[in-house]
Amino acid sequence: MNLNGWMLVLLQSALFVLLSPLLTGWLKWWKCHLQNRQAPPMTQPYYDLWKLFGKQALLSKNTSFIFRVTPYMISGVTLLAASIIPLILVRVPSAASADVIVLVGFFALARFFQALAGMDTGTAFGGMGASREMTVSALAEPAMLMAVFTLSMVAHSTNLSSVIESILSQGLVLRPSLLFTFFGLLLVALAETGRIPVDNPSTHLELTMIHEAMILEYSGRMLALIEWTSMTKLMIYAVLIVNIFFPWGISQRLDFANILFAFMAVCGKLMVLTLVLAISETVLAKMRFFRIPVFLSLAFTLSLLGLLSHIILEI
Amino acid sequence: MHLISLPIEEQAILLLAGMVLFTSFILLAQPRIVSTIHSFAWQGILLALVTVLVAYDTGLHHLYISALITFLMKGLFIPWLLHRLIHKMEFQREKDIIHHPALVLLAGGFLVIFCYSTALPIAKMSNSVTQPIIGLSMAMVMLGMLMLITRRKAVSQVIGFMAMENGLFFAAISATHGMPMVVELGIAFDVFVASIIFGIFFFHIKNSFDSLDVDQMSKLSEIDR
Repeated sequence: MNLNGWMLVLLQSALFVLLSPLLTGWLKWWKCHLQNRQAPPMTQPYYDLWKLFGKQALLSKNTSFIFRVTPYMISGVTLLAASIIPLILVRVPSAASADVIVLVGFFALARFFQALAGMDTGTAFGGMGASREMTVSALAEPAMLMAVFTLSMVAHSTNLSSVIESILSQGLVLRPSLLFTFFGLLLVALAETGRIPVDNPSTHLELTMIHEAMILEYSGRMLALIEWTSMTKLMIYAVLIVNIFFPWGISQRLDFANILFAFMAVCGKLMVLTLVLAISETVLAKMRFFRIPVFLSLAFTLSLLGLLSHIILEI
Repeated sequence: MHLISLPIEEQAILLLAGMVLFTSFILLAQPRIVSTIHSFAWQGILLALVTVLVAYDTGLHHLYISALITFLMKGLFIPWLLHRLIHKMEFQREKDIIHHPALVLLAGGFLVIFCYSTALPIAKMSNSVTQPIIGLSMAMVMLGMLMLITRRKAVSQVIGFMAMENGLFFAAISATHGMPMVVELGIAFDVFVASIIFGIFFFHIKNSFDSLDVDQMSKLSEIDR
């Protein structure tokens, strides 16, 4: 079990990293079709990454080691985060080493370095992007933590595997707390992955960008790593949402047929979630920056209501 | 009492009760007047659904009638009336600006906690499914009051008032499984008349002040100085 388990952890993390560009491509494909545009092939993000990896990375003379270290730092941290999330198997050995709060911490660490790197070059856009990113995340993090607390109160554990297992074992229970937490976490995920009502991932317009502003100075393989990391982050949030709130289909045992089925199930769930995301990105417009605190306070209220309704209605 | 041990329809009652509370929060934070009216309609419809489920669960048939009255009055009639008024006065694009919406939402959260702890001893005396809802319905009354305080426009204040009434109805459903029929019909009639009188008042306010902002009424002189 143990060696096989660790092999599966490796396989799972590899799947996260390798499939995340496909997820982004699928999202773009749907978005283009919904907006009556000619869609690029779904594998386009792979070509983009390949192209970027082949290019020379240019570094300004004014940058310090932080600028150089950051791409490796954030991709490593995100890889660690990916390794503790149950994708196809519930009880992965690595899940015992870290729980959801550590996951939030991983994301905070990655964000910290990214903001530092944004400021490191001394350009106006980098600093502006870093300041905006920290504003958004300072508001998103409490909402995320509140959602995490609700989940851990429902499942009596902060460990992701135990949370999913206990939700699976209870079968279909109509829980108001999970309903609110689901929507709260969805809003937080939109803010954290820089999707449309908060940040537009496909723009380089100086007044609106948040995430893109921080990485404006990167080029070549460093840019490729950062892009890849943000795709992986999107996949992590998507998997987190589908596997916690709709865990049916995930494998609880270590055998080949089960795992294959779990893989198909998670792909199906991700496809549906991405389609919903594509539709919401088509019908919604990007918010004004000063509207974002209201958006995130809605997320916080939803998560808080989840916690309160668990205490009031479910105990 | 744990949620898992309840049958599915009682779980649905609690789920819908949570959603009713959520609509109260939406009302609190929604600046657009037309959307506020829509959220109010949703609250009425959800309230009627909860009542139907409670009626089904407890076997009390008179609750079906109050569910029907709630649906017709608060789900359809009052929202329709307000909509018509808004269209007549051409206020469709009007916004009721809320100062510090995040603070208002947080205050709402604190009110829920306060009402929960206040209702805890009352709730302990009953052992029906709706026992945990008593605190929620008190919170709805409080949230309606908070909406009355934080809004400026007459229309949204009226909606806050009606939301308070929704909370009282919800409290009656959850604490004693509905009021006597006479009382319920009386209240429904009162609400009906009140909504019409409010409508007339809107026109008067609009004619005299050219806006529905009630802050204008505290000015003593018509000339801005």
